[in-house]
Amino acid sequence: MKIYNIKLVALSAIIAFMAFSCSDNDQMDIQKEEEVYKKGNPFQAIYLQEDQMGRPAVNTVFVSSTSKDMFNTTIPSEQNSLFQSMFQTNLMALSPAYANPEDTNALGLDAATFTGLLATDVLNVSLDGVTTFFDGTNVLTGRALTDDVITVELILIFGGETGLTNPEYPTLSNDNVDANDKAFLGDFPYLASPW
Amino acid sequence: MKKMKVILGISILAVAGFFMVAADHIDAPAVQGGTSDITDFYAFQGQNTDNVVFVANVQGLLSPMATADATFDENVLIEFNIDTTGDNVENLVIQAIPRDGKMYFFGPTNPGTTGLNSSIETAGAQSVVDISPYGSNAITKTSNGLKIFAGPRDDPFFMDFAQYSEIIAGNATGFNNPGSDTFAGTNVMSIVVEVPKGMLGGSGTVNTWVESKRKQ
Repeated sequence: MKIYNIKLVALSAIIAFMAFSCSDNDQMDIQKEEEVYKKGNPFQAIYLQEDQMGRPAVNTVFVSSTSKDMFNTTIPSEQNSLFQSMFQTNLMALSPAYANPEDTNALGLDAATFTGLLATDVLNVSLDGVTTFFDGTNVLTGRALTDDVITVELILIFGGETGLTNPEYPTLSNDNVDANDKAFLGDFPYLASPW
Repeated sequence: MKKMKVILGISILAVAGFFMVAADHIDAPAVQGGTSDITDFYAFQGQNTDNVVFVANVQGLLSPMATADATFDENVLIEFNIDTTGDNVENLVIQAIPRDGKMYFFGPTNPGTTGLNSSIETAGAQSVVDISPYGSNAITKTSNGLKIFAGPRDDPFFMDFAQYSEIIAGNATGFNNPGSDTFAGTNVMSIVVEVPKGMLGGSGTVNTWVESKRKQ
């Protein structure tokens, strides 16, 4: 919340400064211009960030409860330096599959490298072909509607080095819900009609 | 498995307040249950493989009855961010904001400013579609090369969240087989936009994320 507040204060200061530095005539002109602009652009306003998401379940799993709002209001390019060590602490507390320093997951990533990847919460998307969170071959090239992202994440958290074929904690590495409750559409808008 | 339970018990203390509702549903105190709460984000190649599709879902866990009354908030901007240069700073945005039963899309366009504060990028291409009412067929539109949709949909997310909660609470040592989809029968408010890859650089990998931003 700190950054959020600083930005608000800065914004207020800028607005106050601008108002103060205008002469009366200038201010009237600006007001007129704003009114015209508002008519032309009904959306004219500042919109301030409240929630953010790249990959599934990242904030919910890896961010401590008191930091979740702050994570949502941190731009991705600043997330790694602010949150990677928290991610690693929480991952290692959650999963015994990272108990030893040499432990890795099925992607060959140790706790530091894995959380270094996840702390910058963006979804990588390939413009060159298959787009999937993980399909056995392609890794992090997008997220398709049918991707079983929770099982993929459970495998990477609890499965250890052999998570794909012989997970270390098998009953924690698959929630055994592998598909949506409604079939997706073959074409736009792809998502199934509501219940 | 007793040891496992102990380890998990310690984990609960270590990850204080660790409470997970799925992909991003109800992920943080400031947004949970509100109109700006993003539940999920998807990005995938379209049926036409020259296109990529972005999906942002908000307001999760809507029962069918609640869905009939659910609306997009006119004070909440949903913004798809696309980084084409690999620095995790957006080079392009696609903005979606509702007004009077329609969803207005702006972009993809280079935003005037990056970061936490946004203005509506009215210099970008404007595309408009009627928000699909609950109980009607999906209303879609093709405009400025984009396909656009906004309205209620079945929540595409699936997970046995109930059993996960039991594990985290120390009441269970693993998932059931078969599991039970906690999100079965629930809806979300969806925004879907299909974009020609050529508008996003054409080839290579882009970094993408979605943000909700509230009018100040």
